[in-house]
Amino acid sequence: MNAGIDVPQIQRFGALYIASARLKSMSKWRTIIAAVDIGNPFFYLIAVGIGIGVLVEQGSGTSGTNGIKYIAFIAPALLANTAITGIMDETVFPTIEGFKWRKLFFAQNATPITGRQIAIGVYLAALCRAIFSVSIYYILLLAFNVVDFGVSILLLPVAVLGGGAFGAVILFAAAKIEKDDQFFNILGRLVIMPMFLFSGTFFPLSSMPIYLQPIGWISPLWHATELGREAAYDYGVSNLMVIVHFLVLATLVVVGLILATRQFEKRLAK
Amino acid sequence: MSNPLISVRGLTKVFGDFTAVNGIDFDVAKGESFGLLGPNGAGKSTTMRILAATSTRTSGTVEILGKDPEQFGPLVRAHLGVVPQQDNLDNELTVTENLYIYGRYFGLSKKFIKNKIEELLEFAQLEEKRDVKVEALSGGMKRRLTIARGLVSEPDILLLDEPTTGLDPQARHILWDRLFRLKEQGVTLVLTTHFMDEAEQLCDRLVVMDKGSIMAEGSPAGLIKEYSSKEVLEVRFGSDRNKEVAPQLAQICERMETLPDRLLMYTEDGEQLLEQITAMKLHPTTSLVRRSSLEDVFLRLTGRTLIE
Repeated sequence: MNAGIDVPQIQRFGALYIASARLKSMSKWRTIIAAVDIGNPFFYLIAVGIGIGVLVEQGSGTSGTNGIKYIAFIAPALLANTAITGIMDETVFPTIEGFKWRKLFFAQNATPITGRQIAIGVYLAALCRAIFSVSIYYILLLAFNVVDFGVSILLLPVAVLGGGAFGAVILFAAAKIEKDDQFFNILGRLVIMPMFLFSGTFFPLSSMPIYLQPIGWISPLWHATELGREAAYDYGVSNLMVIVHFLVLATLVVVGLILATRQFEKRLAK
Repeated sequence: MSNPLISVRGLTKVFGDFTAVNGIDFDVAKGESFGLLGPNGAGKSTTMRILAATSTRTSGTVEILGKDPEQFGPLVRAHLGVVPQQDNLDNELTVTENLYIYGRYFGLSKKFIKNKIEELLEFAQLEEKRDVKVEALSGGMKRRLTIARGLVSEPDILLLDEPTTGLDPQARHILWDRLFRLKEQGVTLVLTTHFMDEAEQLCDRLVVMDKGSIMAEGSPAGLIKEYSSKEVLEVRFGSDRNKEVAPQLAQICERMETLPDRLLMYTEDGEQLLEQITAMKLHPTTSLVRRSSLEDVFLRLTGRTLIE
């Protein structure tokens, strides 16, 4: 062997090699990704900002949203949700593909790269996608005059953290899936959709009956939305709750990644 | 064997209550072309995954280049090229992109990979397909690309799991030619196959596996000599009559196997045996004299054919 293989270097940077390969695959879909990431916020901002927002403000002004314009009130949630769906696309599909459809992970694992590095590489590439999607959304929010450029830029890291929390957990779930028959239907309709609706997205969580509020408490979207509102508009979230929101999201990232990397290693070693 | 590249002792792998590999031993020397021959489910692929330093074992010891693959997975894998049974190329990427990305997984420099790609494209006869997406390649081309990919890091050992399964005869012959070249260059090959002709063509030495155990070990010629006769006379009398005449014929040859559609008669001289049968006024509908193959060895060892 004289090719110049440097195993310690692979042990340090293997996850980045995987991430860059994932980004290369993603770049093959750049037209579709760009169309989705621009089209989606565009339609939302027109429909909700101009349509529903006007209706809400005619009804109750901004009294229900702590004095914030309705579209600005939901903007942090839309951003976090964008990060979540972007990360989901780039973790769930590649993971099921990697283990099952085309078994790419087994090819990667036949090199000095480990299962742990594959999991982290997929996750890092998905985070890049989330940063891209959220940045486009943010630019459109500025263009539609929903937020002012300034402190509202904090919405970006907060949204990406929310997406990352969800993404780490879903990476583990996707690595667990042996039969993918109904996984996407269940995930889309029974996880993503209810989470989007019941996480204080369109109305404060506190206006829901108490028995529905736990959906928000376990939802990374709610935590990221509340953090975003506080960061961008001084929404009135207590300092204690800011810490709680942050800790919940950070814990989900850490626990999700530990479970996901273990599951990747276990499944590849079968 | 002094300083074998691969040394396996008492290797066992159990999945639940199924024993896929049951206490096997073998060594592979540097530059050798070593085969695991056996039917589907013999435990060949499981053994290969353990040799590839990806799958864990239940018990036994394995040393590859002096290291335990379970303990030093990445270090061992740095020296291996792996060609899995099912091509796992990235269909969305082109031929060269696949080779390039794979080289990067070994931490190789861009410059090294770029030069290596030219060499590998020529080896795999894919120069004209270099910028074609993998999904547009034929089965044989994908297989050659998978082998080329396994060579990107200039491995000490190339592991091939069923390299020609699913390919048409022409594609198989091209592939055998390529693998033969590697063998000539001194690359250590370890391959599994359930094709006896493939094992005869490519392996210096092989083990015959069945139900997780090794039944015999030796060179193709040595195994044939040890477990079979020089020639085989295959005769058919029609499915009903085969059984009827079998006891009579068994007396005039060294050994006989009764298959559903034909009788295999083991002998040193097939033509002479056929004359004897004709003299007995038993007229087979078809007859064929051939030399013994590994298929006959397998049949002798297990009472079953390789491909069922």
